[in-house]
Amino acid sequence: MKQLPLTAAQAGLVLCEACGLLSRPAHREEPGYCPRCNGELAFRRHNSIQRTWALIVAAAICYLPANILPVMTTTTLGSVEEDTIISGVVLLYTTGSWHLALIVLIASVMIPLAKLIALSYLLITVQRGSIRSNRERARLYRLVEFIGRWSMLDVFVDTFVVALIQLQPLMAVLPGTGVLFFAAVVVLTMVAAESFDPRLIWDSSKEIELDADKRRS
Amino acid sequence: MPTIPIFHSSIIPVLSGERDPVTSLPENLIACPDCDLLQRIPSLPSGGKARCPRCGKVVAVRKPDSLDRTLALTVTAAIAFIVANVMPLMGLSAVGRTASTTIIGGAHEMWVQGERITALLVGFCVVVAPAVQIGFMLAVLLAARRFPAPSWAGTLLRWSETHQPWAMVEVMMLGVLVSLVKIAELAEVIPGIGMFAAGALIFLLAAMTVTFDPEEVWERVRWANGGVPRPPSVPGATGAGEADG
Repeated sequence: MKQLPLTAAQAGLVLCEACGLLSRPAHREEPGYCPRCNGELAFRRHNSIQRTWALIVAAAICYLPANILPVMTTTTLGSVEEDTIISGVVLLYTTGSWHLALIVLIASVMIPLAKLIALSYLLITVQRGSIRSNRERARLYRLVEFIGRWSMLDVFVDTFVVALIQLQPLMAVLPGTGVLFFAAVVVLTMVAAESFDPRLIWDSSKEIELDADKRRS
Repeated sequence: MPTIPIFHSSIIPVLSGERDPVTSLPENLIACPDCDLLQRIPSLPSGGKARCPRCGKVVAVRKPDSLDRTLALTVTAAIAFIVANVMPLMGLSAVGRTASTTIIGGAHEMWVQGERITALLVGFCVVVAPAVQIGFMLAVLLAARRFPAPSWAGTLLRWSETHQPWAMVEVMMLGVLVSLVKIAELAEVIPGIGMFAAGALIFLLAAMTVTFDPEEVWERVRWANGGVPRPPSVPGATGAGEADG
């Protein structure tokens, strides 16, 4: 008989995502709760694909107003100036700190967009049962998971600028509606990344191929 | 610093035709959290890591003296956190007027200005989530000094791990830096003591995650179903290993 590596699900075992305990649930359909940490067990995260899609669509909808609406309004002695995320980046660039401008551009504009594209790509390939470049897709997922929180940067920038510049009636900065949409994009994409189950990337592979084997041959 | 040895865990030879390949689960049997592959963890030396042979995820680590070191860092982080939140983060002076803000003051101003949801989110990410992370970690580590540790330590550890991605002190500090540059155009800014404390806090929180090995706590926690974990067989062995080094 041929010996094959197995996944936990194929062997009827389930890994607790909270504490890492491997256990054999009594019922395959309802694995119940982890005997060690009492966390809810699941062979794969519940409705992972549908949930992640829903969150991505919601985030994509918020992405547009987040970039169009002003994130802050500066009032200086009667004159009012509205700043969007992009105009904030341009302002940083023109005042000479191009490296900070680049950081804000990457964190606020590029990372959220890249996350939406990356998660959609992962979902589509999983739904089509793709078995190609699994390792790269797994790495992409880990990157998305790691990098997501840095998009929150602009929310903090706005918060502290607003908090400090309250020198009425000379000068005051007020937050704009764009901040709310922008924060929504960040939160929705972070939750989307958490609801995607990376194990789905590997589930379509019929035979388990190991990277170590590939390198040897 | 010595290079950290990296191992590949070995694949258990499971007979695919067998109906019940793993009847009693061996202790070193794990599943990769990212690709679900069953594998055995080799016995790791202190500081060693094992990677999943299929997807490359680090599936096991042995960190030297994890619980005590993390406890020391957590206590320091708690102090830094309190200073960072009590002392002003930064201040400014313009046209003869001065203003300053604390971390929570930033969130409060957003609330006052009508952006309530954003204010709550900021407050959660920079105050509540880090406080939970530090406080829970402190409780877990103190509880884990006993064997077996009470099962609430496991519950707290589970909650603290779900909170962790939302604790964004380092992102906040980068935001503070950017806002300093933006404000410098308009007024003179004065960095406060809170900013230095928050800067120290970033490194302490990062060091906590690096030294902490949750598996070591899980091995000591009383199970939710009432089971008592096997007494750890390693302490004597690791103690001897450390005496040698």
